[in-house]
Order: sequence, then C-alpha cells, then structure tokens
Amino acid sequence: MDKFATLNSVAAPIMRENIDTDVIIPINRLVGNAVRGSLGKWGFTALRYKPDGSENSEFILNREPYRGAQILITGVNFGCGSSREGAVWALQEMGIRCVVGSSFGDIFFNNCFQNGLLPVVLDRQVVESLAHEVETSQGAGRISVDLEAMTVTAPSGKRYSFDVEPARREALLAGLDEIGMTLRRAAEIAAFQADDRQQRPWVHEV
Amino acid sequence: MTARTLFAKIWDAHVVADLGDNAYLLHIDRHLLHDLGGSRGLLDLKDRGIKVHSPNLTFATPDHAISSAKGRAGTSKIGVELLQALRAETREAGIRMFDIDEPGQGIVHVVGPELGLSLPGCLIVCGDSHTCTHGGVGALAFGIGSSELAHVLATQTLVQRRPQTLRATFDGEMATGVTPKDLILRLIGEIGAAGGTGYAVEYAGSAIRALPVEGRLTICNLSIELGAKMGFIAPDETTYAYLEGRQFAPKGAVWEQAVAAWRQLPSDDGARFDREVRVDVAAIAPQITWGTSPEHVIAVDQRIPDPGGVADPSKRGGMEAALDYMGLKPGEPIAGTKVDWVFIGSCTNSRISDLRAAAAVARGRKVAPGVRAWVVPGSETVKRDAVAEGLDRVFTEAGFEWREPGCSMCLAANGETIPRGQRSVSTSNRNFVGRQGPGARTHLASPAMAAAAAIAGAITDVRRMGE
Ligand code: SF4
Repeated sequence: MDKFATLNSVAAPIMRENIDTDVIIPINRLVGNAVRGSLGKWGFTALRYKPDGSENSEFILNREPYRGAQILITGVNFGCGSSREGAVWALQEMGIRCVVGSSFGDIFFNNCFQNGLLPVVLDRQVVESLAHEVETSQGAGRISVDLEAMTVTAPSGKRYSFDVEPARREALLAGLDEIGMTLRRAAEIAAFQADDRQQRPWVHEV
Repeated sequence: MTARTLFAKIWDAHVVADLGDNAYLLHIDRHLLHDLGGSRGLLDLKDRGIKVHSPNLTFATPDHAISSAKGRAGTSKIGVELLQALRAETREAGIRMFDIDEPGQGIVHVVGPELGLSLPGCLIVCGDSHTCTHGGVGALAFGIGSSELAHVLATQTLVQRRPQTLRATFDGEMATGVTPKDLILRLIGEIGAAGGTGYAVEYAGSAIRALPVEGRLTICNLSIELGAKMGFIAPDETTYAYLEGRQFAPKGAVWEQAVAAWRQLPSDDGARFDREVRVDVAAIAPQITWGTSPEHVIAVDQRIPDPGGVADPSKRGGMEAALDYMGLKPGEPIAGTKVDWVFIGSCTNSRISDLRAAAAVARGRKVAPGVRAWVVPGSETVKRDAVAEGLDRVFTEAGFEWREPGCSMCLAANGETIPRGQRSVSTSNRNFVGRQGPGARTHLASPAMAAAAAIAGAITDVRRMGE
C-alpha cells in the first residue's frame, strides 16, 4: 500500500453531487485480472471524453493547471454506487492522492484507505469555500494536506482540521497492510469459529 | 437488559476482536464470489502465498461477465478467461462453484437466498455492492472492495466500523399497480441517494411484514442506492417458510435449533435507532426515474421536475446535467416518453414473482414495433421454474426475448449494452451515466411498469393498461 504523509498540490473541484463509481471508472475497463496500470487514461470517461473519443475541454481535469491535480475537491456523496475498487485505482493512476469532500460513498471510503488514497471529510461549507478559493485563483491556489497534523490548508492560508481514525492514520503513514495484521490473530479467529460452531452449527456445517 | 436492535444482535455475535475507535474484527459466515472479481482475489492470495482460510464458507458463481445469449454465445474473450479462471481457482482452493447450466448458477444475490445459503443472523459479504439484497432474509450483508475480498479469503474476517442505525417504517397498504420496487424508490426519492450513508437500515412496518421474501429482497437490494451499505428485515414466519427445505438450509433438529435462535433476532420493543423515517405506503403510486441518480424519481403520472426551482447550486447542476444526458425537458409529463429498449432482469427484479408480474402485463399483448425487450431470469432455477409455468412462452409470444440467467444489461460488462442515445426502461437498480452502456438512457421501474412500457412503446402508467 502507498504511504501518505503530506501533500501540496493543485486541486480540482468536481462539485456535482452523487458522482458514482460508474462515472469514475466504467465497468468495461475493469473486466479482466490484469487491468491495473491501464486505468488512468479511462478515469471519468463519460465526462472527460466526447463520444468521438476526443477530449472534452470543458471537463476540469482536461484544463491547465488542473490536469496535474493530485487533490480532488468533491461534491456530496462522491464515490457512491458500485463497490469497484477500480475507482480508487483509476484515481491513483491519474495521479490523485487525496479527495476532499463533505461525504463519500461508504464502500469507496473504505477502499481509499486500503490503497493509500486519503479521503478527507470536512464540513460542507468548508469544502465549498475551498472550491471557491481554487476557482477564483483559476487553479493557481494550491492546497496542502498534512496527515500527521490532520490539517488542510487553503490557498488563503486558512487552516482546517480533520479527523481520521488513529488506526487508519497510522496504517496510511506507515503503509501497513491489513491482511498481515489480521493474520497475527489466527488463534483468536480459530477460537471464535470453534465456539461458534457449538452455538450455530448451521453456519459452519454446510 | 437494554433493548437491542436486530442490527446490534447480529453485529455483536460476530465480533472476533474489538480493535478500538469503533473498529471491529468480524467473523464472516458466507463469502460469495462472482466472475468479475472472484478469481482476481484468489490469484492475489496465491501470489502472496496465503491459503484460503475457510473454503467451506465460500461459494462462487459466474454472472457479471458472461453473455445471456443461448449457449452463452458472444461472451468476450476476457469474459471467457474470467470464467475459466474462476473454475480453476475455486477448484484448487476447494470452493464450491455453481457453474453455467447448473441449478445454483445465477446472479449471486438471487442464488444466495434461493439456495438457503443466506440465512437469518448471518454476516454475508461479496465483492459487489448489492450484497445488501440478502438482508431480505434477516442477514447483515454488504458489499466489499477487492482488498477486503482478499482479506476475507485470507482470514474469514473483516475489519469494519460499526455504522449507525436507521429504521425506515413503511405502514399502510400498497395500492393496485404498486410493488416493493416502488416503495423503495419512493424512499430514495424522499431522503436522497446519500440519505442512508453511514447507516445500517432496518425496514419495518406493516407493509414490510405483509411482503413475501422476494419482495423483501427487492427492498433491501436498493439499500446501497440510499447510500447504506446494508439494509435488512427482521426474520419472521414468512422467512422460515421460504427457507425451509432449501438445499443449504439446515435440516431436522438443527433446523429447529436455528429457528429458535432466529426468533430471538428481531429488534426488541423500545430499541433505539439513531434515525427514524416513516413512509406512508398508501400514498405511493408506481415510480419511474427521470435522471441519472436513483433519487431522480417521480410517480409515473407526474411531470419531469424543473431544476430552475432548486436553490442548492450543486443539486441544480446535477439535475440540469441529468436532464441533458437523458434528453428530457422539464415540465413535460414523463408518461408518453418513447422508449427503445426494455430490460427485465437484475438482482433487483429477476425472481419468479417479478417474471410473473411482468408476464401478467405481457400476456396476450405485443411488444410495440421498434422496441427491443429482454427478459433475463435471475438464476438457472428461476429460469426452469418460469419455463415450467409457461412464462417463457408468454414472453416470446408477445415478442420479448427470453435469455439465459446472469447480470446481462444491468451493467454493460458482458457486451450487452443499450446503444448510445437510446432509451431503456429497466428493472435494475442504477440509472447512472453510462451504466447500461456509453450514452445509454436508463429509467428504473418495476417489472410490471417495464412490461407496460414494452407494450406501449413509451413510458406508461401500468394502472391504465386495461383501458
Ligand atoms: S444484476 Fe446488476 S446490480 Fe445485480 S449483481 Fe449483477 S451487475 Fe450488480
């Protein structure tokens, strides 16, 4: 998993509500077992490209300086819909390392942490003012994210605190892997199953 | 002892370890794999040199990437590779797979309850967000991503944050022409596509109690479109009658023991929920979506809403973009909108009761010229039951195409898509931009409404079909 500590970058506001993971990456790009590494080009396909395949210059990530953004500022319920982890992979392959928003789809939010993409939750007014600052500076105003200190700094210098669960923060800072950590609990899991088999045999004897 | 919710009872019974900060290591009772992500998970594990922890609690079936044509003709090269990989990797890991043409094959959320694999009080996961469907039998069930899928394969557990609880109470009687799909679409319309985010939703009330299990599965299926990872309905006599005798349901004395345990699951009187919502069922008319989010939903006799009257700029922008994508004008009645395609299928509405409802509308009528209408049964068993009842004939005589079980046109991952700019009425669960194919325009509705649209060639109020 990618480590995350601090980031200072151009940020691109995509403020439309309910951007779903089908929009972030269409399913046809995720069919197969070797899709990773090929997804960056296809992130936001329906918004980014015209039907003839040429770039839609109205889409923010097709414009300078947003093209190089590593941060997305997002509208309500970003990442809703399908559980496809490919949505996170596609964002990462496009160079995105942090998404800032007031709410996220639950499964997407989880998937972000599994891959070292930092989702930052701030009040809706704060998210909107960040987007506004970035837009009025035409993208020149950069945003800083500090996971250690759990702060986001706006182009104006205004600083906002955010919360991350301590365990998730440590895992991101260290790039720790959840499977490795759980495998250390093998004895507890075995004990749970042995006991549960007595209580609920119908679950285990299928 | 304090009154507890159904959710709390099931959650607490699965805690292997409390990890602090609201995070828990939970035991997974059933892990369902499908062709799109199943073999990838198994291969990931193999790469890391880890064995599957509990192959006996893991089950697989192909549904997403296979074609629904006869003989599965036209399945893409990658689709075939995924199918072969699922066969090879499940065999090697000792995981039971229900293959094409076998009873047990089908959309993973149709076959779980149908086989009696999904049971009350179970914790069920699958790498697919509509896993919430299984909540219809009184299970906690939710979708997971690829990393979590590998975690479950390796450990038969998952690290999860305990969500808050929301109870949605549906009281009253459903009017003629109204189905469980309309109830849940209405709720999404009321509280929005993020209204359930962060919550585990319990559906309750007299209207829910009156529903058969298949209708309950439809309700729970759309929990994720409410933003909720899981939604569920307390088990009752209806649930036990549905499950008894199914292939993987417990038998004999163990069945008795299980039912006795399940009777303890419903939320206690006075149990507290973090949020409560009430829906007046009698006031609900057949629903249809007009936009690109399930919350963009109206009654079929209403007009397409005007974003002009909406104050919130991001909501307004979303509505304008949706109308533009859908090629619709605000203020016009939605009924009468011409359609090109009709899709009856998906884990929302492809069970035998759904096909019966659609067939009741199609019987003795003809699909309108210029409309292509597909019926895709949810599973091999649904298909066989439908054929035994003659429903396939009803459909084909009316001009519908009768297909093989799978996800088909719900998601555009198997070569089956609605062409760009064309309009479909679909019984599935997502009207997202591009969901049924690039540029496809999807209207979500119940099976009866979809069949009515196929016959009329336009969005139609199913209640007026007799006129
Ligand atoms: S039918 Fe559609 S929503 Fe259901 S599992 Fe298949 S692709 Fe997902």
